[in-house]
Amino acid sequence: MAPQTRKAAIVGGNRIPFARSNSAYAQASNQDMLTATLDGLVARFGLQGQRVGEVVAGAVLKHARDFNLTREAVLGSRLSAATPAYDVQQACGTGLEAAVLVANKIALGQIESGIAGGVDTTSDAPLAIHDEMRRVLIALGSARTVQQRLAALAGVRPGMFVPEAPRNAEPRTGLSMGEHQAITARQWEISREAQDELTVRSHHDLAAAYERGFFDDLVTPYLGLTRDENLRPDTSVEKLAKLKPVFGAGDPDATMTAGNSTPLTDGASAVLLASDEWAASRGLPVLAHLVDAQTAAVDYVHGGEGLLMAPAYAVPVLLARNGLTLQDFDYYEIHEAFASTVLATLKAWADPAFCKERLGLDAPLGSIDRSRLNVNGSSLAAGHPFAATGGRIVASLAKQLHEAGPGKRGLISVCAAGGQGVVAILES
Amino acid sequence: MSDWYRDLANSGVGSTLVKQLGLPRPAVLRRYEPGAPLLTGPAVVGTTGGSRLHEILIRLLEDAGVPVQPPAATDGERLGAVLLDATGVTGPADLSAAQEFLTPAVRRLGPSGRVLVLADPPSDAGSPAQAAARQALEGLVRSIAKELRNGATANLLVVPAGAEASVPGPVRFFLSGRSAYVDGQVVALTTADVPADEDEERPLAGRVAVVTGAARGIGAAIARVLSRDGAHVVAVDVPAAGDELAEVVNEIGGTAFQLDITAPDAAQRLIAHLRERRGGVDVVVHNAGITRDKLLVNMDAARWHAVMAVNLQAQLDLTQALLDAEGVLRPGARVVCVSSQSGIAGNRGQTNYAASKAGVIGMVRAWAPAFAERGATINAVAPGFIVTEMTARMPFGTREIGSRINSLQQGGLPVDVAETIAWLAQPSAAGVNGQVVRVCGQSFLGA
Repeated sequence: MAPQTRKAAIVGGNRIPFARSNSAYAQASNQDMLTATLDGLVARFGLQGQRVGEVVAGAVLKHARDFNLTREAVLGSRLSAATPAYDVQQACGTGLEAAVLVANKIALGQIESGIAGGVDTTSDAPLAIHDEMRRVLIALGSARTVQQRLAALAGVRPGMFVPEAPRNAEPRTGLSMGEHQAITARQWEISREAQDELTVRSHHDLAAAYERGFFDDLVTPYLGLTRDENLRPDTSVEKLAKLKPVFGAGDPDATMTAGNSTPLTDGASAVLLASDEWAASRGLPVLAHLVDAQTAAVDYVHGGEGLLMAPAYAVPVLLARNGLTLQDFDYYEIHEAFASTVLATLKAWADPAFCKERLGLDAPLGSIDRSRLNVNGSSLAAGHPFAATGGRIVASLAKQLHEAGPGKRGLISVCAAGGQGVVAILES
Repeated sequence: MSDWYRDLANSGVGSTLVKQLGLPRPAVLRRYEPGAPLLTGPAVVGTTGGSRLHEILIRLLEDAGVPVQPPAATDGERLGAVLLDATGVTGPADLSAAQEFLTPAVRRLGPSGRVLVLADPPSDAGSPAQAAARQALEGLVRSIAKELRNGATANLLVVPAGAEASVPGPVRFFLSGRSAYVDGQVVALTTADVPADEDEERPLAGRVAVVTGAARGIGAAIARVLSRDGAHVVAVDVPAAGDELAEVVNEIGGTAFQLDITAPDAAQRLIAHLRERRGGVDVVVHNAGITRDKLLVNMDAARWHAVMAVNLQAQLDLTQALLDAEGVLRPGARVVCVSSQSGIAGNRGQTNYAASKAGVIGMVRAWAPAFAERGATINAVAPGFIVTEMTARMPFGTREIGSRINSLQQGGLPVDVAETIAWLAQPSAAGVNGQVVRVCGQSFLGA
């Protein structure tokens, strides 16, 4: 029997303001932030003591002790302790992928409601002991005689006491994400001015959204922060022009600065999804439905593609399956890992050669109406706690679509480390 | 927060000490607990000749399981309450009956006991002599309140002819621990459709209540008490207080709605939220308030405007919008507005605050007839010195004096304000409309 499917509803969301690394949330763990975020969602939708179908969330930077992070957060929250949970991790795509997973189970009728989320801290980051030291300690632990113990300890060298911090670098290339993106920016000839302009718009639009109360039912303050710490409402192209490039080592024409790249950030987000019936029976709104989603990956190691270009590949597949063109959307949410990521992706979709040779399309996808892009600001202004970005975007876009009226459509595109991308369609 | 002086005065050595020194001896007040008896001792019920309400009072006490002793009894256990039906007085001569009844009865009143007098309104008296006698009862009750000790209170209910059905709910409130810090008050009842019976443990079961400023202090206490009484609480506060709001809401099982009530679209957003999520609202508590203190000579427009916008204009705008929005304010709705002692007595450095809080009183009185027409009520509660985080930051001397200058010789608690508001929200309070109930322990300020 083929199961009947239905579209999962997005009821609403909650996140804590995003903090700059080693700042307001320096002492908060992933579990603390995710728990607080779930509790804010519980308060908003009156879910105290209730069992939702499943809570799915994850973190990119994770301590070994957090193997069951989401379940532990659920147990510490005001949700029913009988709420099942599991962790996922798909780098910066984690939050969106979690929402897709929850939506799919709802679509299949396996659950009636679920919460998708994500959290990351670059402040309370895990430090690993040196790999050689780890081997020594394991050998020590399994030693049975004094001689064996001494032999194991004899292997200790001073250098082994230096802990290993997590690196924002690709294991297979050794290049940081910024260095990878600098290559893409140069290939696609993304100008410094265009990147700074996109950055300024992100800050101004996010600030305006806060001013008009757009985030009143999307954000709950945490540890003294009431707005995203990275937000600079008064920034300008002139101010950004003064910054020195930080990526593109050795390139005299490097364009990527600390301003037009997202900073390291701490934060968490959560989205409540449900069947229409579940929402209606509780008097809860349906802001939008998650229509469809697609992932893609590119070979950035040997294949000559940019590390963060996978969404450019995922979107045409998603469009074709849904019989849509790139222009059939009222709003676009393209995650601003770097301003140049957004601009390179848009340029690729409009480029006949790229669309033909790389995407195998007869005609380019074309350009989009830029006034519909990231209308309430995005990661450049809000910051980007890796796994939390997907939930931020899903909840904000769903609300934006709901405000615009029924039948409005939005496209989400999130790039991720490892050459991956997650994209999705929401419709009100 | 503990009242160190009250605790000292009630301790073994401390009790002796304050007695020797002739210092005030604040009592530990009897406060309401669900399931607690209405009174802690028997009651006596007297009359002044007329006995329009006598039977109602006897029946109410019997229903509550309170033993009723004959007025003439002069010994036995301490009394829980002394009730006097003073309706029907025709002139000052009739008041001697009141004195004759009250003097021995009040002598026997126990700790946290209650004196409750019910009278006709002076305004519709048939003669100056009758009006004089009715008004005299007010002076009598207020003075009894000042003489009582050990947490006992005295209050007056004014009951016009025809408003007999409105009597039981308010009488139960004034006898119970809910009115712990309400003292020396006069509350006038009106004729209303009072529901025949209500669940006294959960009088607000099935009702939806909005509380503004619910993230902390008095607002959080209001949310807790309304929730305890059965209401689903939609707790509202500014987005910046959202984390504290969520904590309160998750404790009581309500919902949080982050909203700046001074935003131009605040009323529309609140109404849309109530319509979609709750289908309407039964109880609205305008509690949100701010202070921006400055002497008038140093006052600036920003301070003036901020206080007026939150404390008064938002109450006006939200209430008007709720009245206009079809089907949102449910039949039998209750609006309770938080005023302040400052609005009655004035307060140095609080011209803006006192003006806004006095304005609330004007608003409530003006709106009462329109609310009555819809079977709804609108009332104000004026807290006196209430112990909160805000008063904890006051200088020691100011705080100590502020908390002692009332008949109960102590500051009230946020829960005392909340209990009064929850009472006004009850179905059985249908006959209380357009009233200003002070929760001040009979403060000496503005009395």
